[in-house]
Amino acid sequence: MSNAGVTIAFYVLAVVVLGSTISVVTVRNVFHAALYLVLSFIGVAGLYITLSADFVAAVQILIYAGAVAILFVFAVMLTHGPEQASQNNRLRAPAFFVAALLFATLAMVMVNTTWSVNMIDAPVTDTPTKIAELLLGSRNAAGELLSSGFVLPFEVASVLLLAAMVGAIVVARED
Amino acid sequence: MGLDHFLVLSAAMFSIGLVGALSKRNAVVILMCIEIMLNAVNVAMVAFSRYVTPVALTGQVFAIFIMTVAAAEAAVGLALIIAVYRQRQTVDVQQIDLMKW
Repeated sequence: MSNAGVTIAFYVLAVVVLGSTISVVTVRNVFHAALYLVLSFIGVAGLYITLSADFVAAVQILIYAGAVAILFVFAVMLTHGPEQASQNNRLRAPAFFVAALLFATLAMVMVNTTWSVNMIDAPVTDTPTKIAELLLGSRNAAGELLSSGFVLPFEVASVLLLAAMVGAIVVARED
Repeated sequence: MGLDHFLVLSAAMFSIGLVGALSKRNAVVILMCIEIMLNAVNVAMVAFSRYVTPVALTGQVFAIFIMTVAAAEAAVGLALIIAVYRQRQTVDVQQIDLMKW
């Protein structure tokens, strides 16, 4: 992990992610903002790969750069109007001040806190299996339950997705 | 290359998203900025997973849950924006003031 390639990749991806997120906030055209948002999602997926989180990177590409990006592009196209430009309201200066203060505070606290870093050179390589065990519970060879994992939050998340799907259809339906 | 780098990058992404969410007038752009803030939290989660609990992978599971909630939020939020646009022909949050007293 401490080799030069990972360091270069991190800085390149950090520049891509920060540049595209700043573009989302500053660019005037809403459609261009959606495209910059996709670029920042892909950059974040690259960051996950530098962190050895290959499954989360694949999910990021599928859900964010795929599904959520398509949703945003459709929303931009369906809400075309005279005020299409991404304008600012009168809170721009206070918002910038508050966000700069928040960033300074967060960065200072994060750098000064002593995290219990437990860095190993060989992380888990088979992350999908490990994540599936965490989500759905794991059993030993005899079929006895070793840990129930995050089964209950997983079920709640699936119900939440179903409710969101039904809700989105009902709200957006023409009648 | 340490945990601090990823955390500071995550804080910067969160702050940029906060600027947009507070200062934009187009509701679609506000939702985009909220997605950026959720993504920033995910970066911190996965960085903690790699550096603090490299074998347990709990942070990555949390990141997947956050992605689920973010996808649901984007779907419902954009459906609401489209419904409001159909009624009022605008997505400007300063003109959507029906519930303001």
